[in-house]
Amino acid sequence: MTQDILTICYLIASITFILGLKMLSNPASARKGNSVAALGMSIAILGTIFLYKNDETGEYLNNYAWIFGGLIIGGIIGTLAAKKVQMTAMPEMVSLFNGMGGACAALISLVEFNHLAAETTVVISHSKVLIIVVGLIIGSVSFAGSMIAWGKLNGRVKDLSFKGQNILNLLVLALALVLGAYLVMQPHHSLLLYVILLLSLLYGIFFVLPIGGADMPVVISLLNSFTGVAAACGGFLYNNKVMLTGGILVGAAGTLLTILMCKAMNRSLKNVLIGSFGGNNTAVSSGATSQGHYKEISLSDTAMVMSYASKVMIVPGYGLAVAQAQHSCHELEKILTEKGVEVRYAIHPVAGRMPGHMNVLLAEADVNYEKLLEMEQANEEFSTTDVVLILGANDVVNPAAKTDPASPIYGMPILDVELAKTVIVNKRSMKPGYAGIENELFFKPKTSMLFGDAKKVLQDLCAEIKNT
Amino acid sequence: MEQILNWVTENQQIIYVVILMIFVGIEVIGRVPSVLHTPLMSGANAIHGVVIIGAIIVMGKADPDNYLALTLGFFAVVLGMVNVVGGFVVTDRMLEMFKKKK
Repeated sequence: MTQDILTICYLIASITFILGLKMLSNPASARKGNSVAALGMSIAILGTIFLYKNDETGEYLNNYAWIFGGLIIGGIIGTLAAKKVQMTAMPEMVSLFNGMGGACAALISLVEFNHLAAETTVVISHSKVLIIVVGLIIGSVSFAGSMIAWGKLNGRVKDLSFKGQNILNLLVLALALVLGAYLVMQPHHSLLLYVILLLSLLYGIFFVLPIGGADMPVVISLLNSFTGVAAACGGFLYNNKVMLTGGILVGAAGTLLTILMCKAMNRSLKNVLIGSFGGNNTAVSSGATSQGHYKEISLSDTAMVMSYASKVMIVPGYGLAVAQAQHSCHELEKILTEKGVEVRYAIHPVAGRMPGHMNVLLAEADVNYEKLLEMEQANEEFSTTDVVLILGANDVVNPAAKTDPASPIYGMPILDVELAKTVIVNKRSMKPGYAGIENELFFKPKTSMLFGDAKKVLQDLCAEIKNT
Repeated sequence: MEQILNWVTENQQIIYVVILMIFVGIEVIGRVPSVLHTPLMSGANAIHGVVIIGAIIVMGKADPDNYLALTLGFFAVVLGMVNVVGGFVVTDRMLEMFKKKK
């Protein structure tokens, strides 16, 4: 009887996961979808705690104190971390949580293997060991990789690449796989498991280290699907359908999402992983040397130009996110609108560090959603725009993507800001953006540079416009 | 060879589930707009936190004297729970901001 109820709990949970994902991919139902999946997860967890019976002994689970202790501590840490994190730091938070899931899968494998090895009386099933080893490898790669991705996004870990790195990576992975296969055949060499663990962790680190920061979202999405597969391994191990469905679902959806993200940036996954973009070979782009002089513009001139314009388009980028300037940006929009200027935002699909990053940020600052234009819409409007204000965006407005076949970003769709009458670029310095290439836009006669931290510049600009 | 064929028959249910789920996973998010990539990734991230079920089972099956298993299992439960709760809460926070826009 209780087993039947548990089966139904798992069935409900599996359905909510599918429904939840489905609803998450539509803006109108996304939030509800998240709650639906969360509800299903709670049912599955509670069901497991109270109804699960050990196949071998037919007993309910033990160690309730430990289980509840863990659930409560984990719940508190998770909630606090998720509530406190700044909107700009969202991507690294997701990466961190993903790493926790990977580590959890790896730990399960460790305990189960020890459990298996301790039973000397029964013949060890090779397929069980295989699943344990696979779960361990994927889980620990996902854990180590996510930690590095997290460190990279918050600037604690620098890009590191050296010659032959790809080969070394493959060697480490191959060694882990070979040892894994050997362990499956000879399960009594239990110490090997720790060697495999170590190698997988190393591989996870080496795998993410050389990949440029701009590609981190893609990597996180990929690691996300890895963790899904690791969770599914647990499903195999316990013949547990909810872990299996949940894990495989995320594995498949995550892989597709990774590919979609690559497409939005017009890059192939292989390209991202081998890391030619934002990696060490930044000198490839032709004519990357400084193309002459750029023009600077003063704050008061900017204020003047903007308040007499009839239509202003704001192009936000990562610089806006770093400077936490979304509120000042909204402030500027309000002041300009009061003066009768039409203000719109042009959002490139991959502006910032993650697709949708800018939408989330501006929504946080209460910017009206209708003012956010997607790339195609914005491109139609640039020709009737008087002033384009670029806030810390670079590669997404780089004309080289259209004109220079040698450029690493060639072919990426960009915002055609050049069509506007005037372009004002706010940057901290003339340093190239994430792709590490020069942007000829900055040297065009129409373009003026306004140097400084986005937040400070915007605040000063607001004050200046109010006075004119 | 026979072993492998045997294995397929023995586990056919699981194999069916895996294959169908791969298609469902791809189908379900096939038409997501790029704006929702980040929340969707975060939501999927929370869902793979289902690995916590495995952690609970490991913990519950552990011998009360086996401190290694207890400790590792305990960490697994904590980490899994951080993944689940954190994942859902973060996703909700992101989507909360999208809500106002209408």
